[in-house]
Amino acid sequence: MPLLTGALFVLPALLLFSVFILYPLSTALSYSFFGWKGTLRGEFIGLENYIKLFSTPPFDTALPNAFQHNLLLFFGAMVFQNSLGLLLAVLLHKIGRMKRLFQTMFAMPYLVSPLVVGYLWSLLLSPLFGPINLILKQVGLESWAHPWLGDPNTAIWAVVFITAWQWVGFPMLLYGAALGGIPDEVSEAAEVDGAVGTQKFRLITLPLLLPALGTVSILTFIGAMEAFPIPYAVGGSTGAPAGATDVMALMFYRTAFESGDVGSIGTSSSLAMLLFLFIFGVAIVLRYALSRSEKRLYG
Amino acid sequence: MRKFSVLNLPKWALLWLYAFVSLAPLSIMLLNSFRTTQEMATAPLALPEDPNFSSYQKAWVTASFETYFFNSMFVTILSVFLGTAVSLLAAYVFARSKRQVFLWLEGLFLSGLLLPVFLAILPIFYLFDALGLISNLGGLILVYAALSIPFSTFILAAFFRQLPIDLEEAARIDGAGHFRTFFSILLPLVRPAIATVVVFRFVPIWNDFFYPLMLMRDRDSYTLPVGLTRFFGEYQTDWATLFAGLTIATIPLIVLFVFASKQLISGLTAGMSK
Repeated sequence: MPLLTGALFVLPALLLFSVFILYPLSTALSYSFFGWKGTLRGEFIGLENYIKLFSTPPFDTALPNAFQHNLLLFFGAMVFQNSLGLLLAVLLHKIGRMKRLFQTMFAMPYLVSPLVVGYLWSLLLSPLFGPINLILKQVGLESWAHPWLGDPNTAIWAVVFITAWQWVGFPMLLYGAALGGIPDEVSEAAEVDGAVGTQKFRLITLPLLLPALGTVSILTFIGAMEAFPIPYAVGGSTGAPAGATDVMALMFYRTAFESGDVGSIGTSSSLAMLLFLFIFGVAIVLRYALSRSEKRLYG
Repeated sequence: MRKFSVLNLPKWALLWLYAFVSLAPLSIMLLNSFRTTQEMATAPLALPEDPNFSSYQKAWVTASFETYFFNSMFVTILSVFLGTAVSLLAAYVFARSKRQVFLWLEGLFLSGLLLPVFLAILPIFYLFDALGLISNLGGLILVYAALSIPFSTFILAAFFRQLPIDLEEAARIDGAGHFRTFFSILLPLVRPAIATVVVFRFVPIWNDFFYPLMLMRDRDSYTLPVGLTRFFGEYQTDWATLFAGLTIATIPLIVLFVFASKQLISGLTAGMSK
């Protein structure tokens, strides 16, 4: 293919990619090193905006608070959502005709807008006439009836739960595809060799699921760090109640668009860059660790 | 292979139980949208006795969902179309050219799959501001088309690579140029991959809330998710209308799922080989 033809074909995509992805990323990075007065760029101040995030109120308390919630969303998802997804995938494996129907039902919430999901659950969990608390009372679990989203101690756990409800179909489908890719001969050979009870699952299936587990972990990590619509729907842009549902993306939004601070372009850009480096860095390390352990496993 | 035994009972019970957990909230949303707020206050959970469509009328007309809905449709359809078109052209080159520069570009596009690009919204905001594109749906369409490029070129280039090169060579011998070959020979062959890309990009763009929240500031330019946030502030106590609004935002996705669940599931699992 002549270079010119190739260039002509690639040009439209490259143009869009450059203007809306490359240019903003590099510009945001440069924004973070300057002082700002409104939209007027001041002088180069090095890392001062970054230092401000850790030393000046309200950032110095909001940042660790929000970051800790992102980490909680990640670990919560790994423990609850991904093990439930694995359990469902294992239950559905070799189930026959009904598999597709169940997959469709389990994946349905994944399609719905996370904002809609957040609002829907805030209505369902409402202490006023939300059906969840009503059911709990009717089945005699009165002590469980609780303003889950209104109590600062439980609000972030409610977000973990709502997110898991929405996303569980995703690990289920990925694990399901990985299970389907394990040849029958392998598990039959294990049986012939005398694998009993959970041995077959532990020694054969689980190691072969490792690539899927790695992919799920990376995507769960990115999803948890980028959480925005569900926390916004249940707690607004301030992470109500009392910052209990605040996350990094909400803090970025507030800093950039709602703070009214003259230096907000600088501080919000440095916040964005910190989060960017953290997400990208950890994702790269996870991928590297994954490919190494795969190599060790399969030679 | 499949044995039915008492041992299987807990398995089926668990599966149906989770199916209930998965679908009950969405069913409540749909059912309550046909009931009045008073009915919900006296009985939070009940079937609609006398189905009432007035909440839909209220959400659609009074709460401007009509505007939001058509804005969302317009933006989603055009940006999916544009994003797929430019990705198709690029993916063809990535699959068929061995030049170093294109390999490098493909790597650059793919890195977009892992990058949290939404964090770079501020420069886009000021770019839009300078160009008078704030609250302009066309600007939003360009952003979404650009955001589609990493995923779409990834899927399409993989598909192009599986196609035998003989057909193109035969077309070339018959005198067709690269453009002719692309449009009349290749395009019909990659239809399954196009379907996956279109369906799989439709969902996140339809659902996206982040970009329009910051870039669409004028009420007439709101898409459904941004419209929903305003609406939830204003209709706080009008539960019937709230449920109707949530249902309106969800219906197009359910329709899409019914007609294209195959593409959706294959798009989801395509992430595996990434």
